[in-house]
Amino acid sequence: MAENKKSSYISGKESRRITRFNRRVTKKLEKERADANKDPKLYTTAMKDPDNIVEFDNVCTYFFSDVGVVRAVDGVNFNVPKHSTVGIVGESGCGKSVTSLSLMQLLARPAGQTVGGEIRFNRGDGTAYNIVNTPNAIMEKIRGDQISMIFQEPMTALNPVFRIGEQINEVIELHNPGMSEADVKARTLEMLDMVGIANKEGVYSMYPHELSGGMRQRICIAIALACSPTLIIADEPTTALDVTIQAQILDLLQNLKDKLNSSIMLITHDLGVVAGMADYVVVMYAGRVVEKGTADEIFHHPCHPYTIGLMRSKPVVGQKVDELYNIPGSVPNPVAMPDYCYFRDRCEMHCDRCSGKYPAEVRLSDTHVVSCYRYYDEGEVLGQPKSVNVEDLL
Amino acid sequence: MDEMKRNETQTASTVQGTFTAEADKKGGPDSDNILEVRNLVKYFPIKSSFFKRTIGNVKAVDGVSFNIRRRTTMGLVGESGCGKSTCGRTILRLLEKTSGDVIFDGQDVFALSKEQLRKLRPRMQLVFQDPYSSLSPRLPVGEIIGEAVREHKIVDPSEFDDYISRVMDVCGLPSYYKERYPHEFSGGQRQRICIARALALAPDFIVCDEPVSALDVSIQAQIINLLMPLQKDFGLTYLFISHDLSVVEHISDTVGVMYLGNMVEYAETEKIYAKPLHPYTKALFSAIPIPDPDVRPERIILKGSIPSPANPPAGCKFNTRCEQCMEICKNKVPEWKEVEPGHFCACHLYSESV
Repeated sequence: MAENKKSSYISGKESRRITRFNRRVTKKLEKERADANKDPKLYTTAMKDPDNIVEFDNVCTYFFSDVGVVRAVDGVNFNVPKHSTVGIVGESGCGKSVTSLSLMQLLARPAGQTVGGEIRFNRGDGTAYNIVNTPNAIMEKIRGDQISMIFQEPMTALNPVFRIGEQINEVIELHNPGMSEADVKARTLEMLDMVGIANKEGVYSMYPHELSGGMRQRICIAIALACSPTLIIADEPTTALDVTIQAQILDLLQNLKDKLNSSIMLITHDLGVVAGMADYVVVMYAGRVVEKGTADEIFHHPCHPYTIGLMRSKPVVGQKVDELYNIPGSVPNPVAMPDYCYFRDRCEMHCDRCSGKYPAEVRLSDTHVVSCYRYYDEGEVLGQPKSVNVEDLL
Repeated sequence: MDEMKRNETQTASTVQGTFTAEADKKGGPDSDNILEVRNLVKYFPIKSSFFKRTIGNVKAVDGVSFNIRRRTTMGLVGESGCGKSTCGRTILRLLEKTSGDVIFDGQDVFALSKEQLRKLRPRMQLVFQDPYSSLSPRLPVGEIIGEAVREHKIVDPSEFDDYISRVMDVCGLPSYYKERYPHEFSGGQRQRICIARALALAPDFIVCDEPVSALDVSIQAQIINLLMPLQKDFGLTYLFISHDLSVVEHISDTVGVMYLGNMVEYAETEKIYAKPLHPYTKALFSAIPIPDPDVRPERIILKGSIPSPANPPAGCKFNTRCEQCMEICKNKVPEWKEVEPGHFCACHLYSESV
């Protein structure tokens, strides 16, 4: 026990050093982001594949906390192709929400900062924004218009003191400054109709507390889709809802996606939801992508021991097992990550090689990529995820 | 019966050390059912703002009957707001009933005096949903688990420390955690502490009110894998309240489905999952997401949401959302009927008069 206490103990001197360092780094990064007259060349790039809507390229998002740097997202690579649904799964704390918040630049700043890599967002005209360097002023135009987000808690995502109509109007007015009031209202009613609200005129002038959880989530979806975004981020959209309502909402999302020709980034911990919705699946563990591929590959040929464990630990209706599999132990401390594979200590299939460096990505097929030493002989070994040395930021 | 008890004590002692002397003491009447709930009703009155007159009732539980056999698990499922948690709490007399009976091990729970109820309390325990808010942040873990043990004089004071260590060991907590405080633990370990707290009183019956809903999938499996052997080793009976149908299928022997304060279907787990009878149960089961991209089940999408329990629809309460709604459903409350042996259902589709 004494030893355990020691490892998390920080002396006053050390603590002051961390705080001072954090302040210097975050101040510098914030200053860059606040610069509205930044040269557009600095944040404009080109997509690697024009058929993708978003490309995450070695993205590193760190939190500069008082006990040290938390590498919440550390070298994440994956793409969201046009008109498809990408599911991101993992346990809480694995960085799936932080990945989506990095794309929206909605991190809890100044402590949370994207310090490295590129997030390329397709503008549709051959160029792309590099979200990592995009200044706040430009981000405000993108957010809600081209990328929008549906949050987990429909209870807290809506403002309790404004009527439903006003909350949807606000988004439309903000992104279409020239629109007349009547047009805005017509568009709002159209949106309410689209998300399947029967009494749209009535709901238009209601307050959020008058609606049930499922209805509120429909309103949140209406707000998110009001400007026909090209990418919808759904962050656990059905976790707070009942199974029957969940089925309604997922059905709605799928239909609207096809109607608007958008892509969805679906963040969830429920493998069942992902299987029903997603075309591609990304499995994250402790801030890194451990496996990615098409839904078929991930569900029928899971390769990474973590993915396999995750699948086996969830009871499935109609499949009787005597005892559920459980992954032993828990996620490593995010402040002091080991330098070997993060999953080694919980892995039942680990071997001698696993004590070496963090495993590189191995390409098993065009779409299927796994980070595990067990597959080094079976596919093309790609690079390792690259961390950013925080000392270099100054 | 006696021999069974002895066998069970033996297995328990070989598996987990001692800590079963208490299990011998409580034999109780030789009845198969540990709990009988008959027509339980719980209304919450709605008061007018000024004169505090009762102007209506929220009918949280509106006539629920079921039995739970010893050493089995009954799953209670339903949407949020259907009264499943209220039902669990009323059974433990944490809430006073409006009418109906709860017989626990031959005793009418609501007829007991304060003193008698206090004696009964250690035998029926509760594990809450949210392990973050159900542990006092000011007490060390040893005290959280031991407080009630001391209060109810479960063990001799000289054995107290040893006993708490044993309970913690059984729940997979190292005994040096005793001096630590809840904030030092993760969600899964907190839930272990909650289970240890309930188990320390050597109960017969535990109401698990969504014990794994707030946890991650891999931690969920750890907690379920803890609960199931504990049941075998200590002869526990669970009422497992959950909205996760796959977890309920895994853990329960029998399942009751609730809708808007009423039980709509009750049967053994295999029966109800293989052949659900009530249209609501069918819709509920069809909505379960299946982790296989090739399986696209025929979803029955229910329209609308659950009506207000303060003003439920007349007749069958499900008639507003039911696909197979008939004229009679809007007028007459369906009877609670044994449609097949051991398979109960309240639906007009299965009554002979229609």
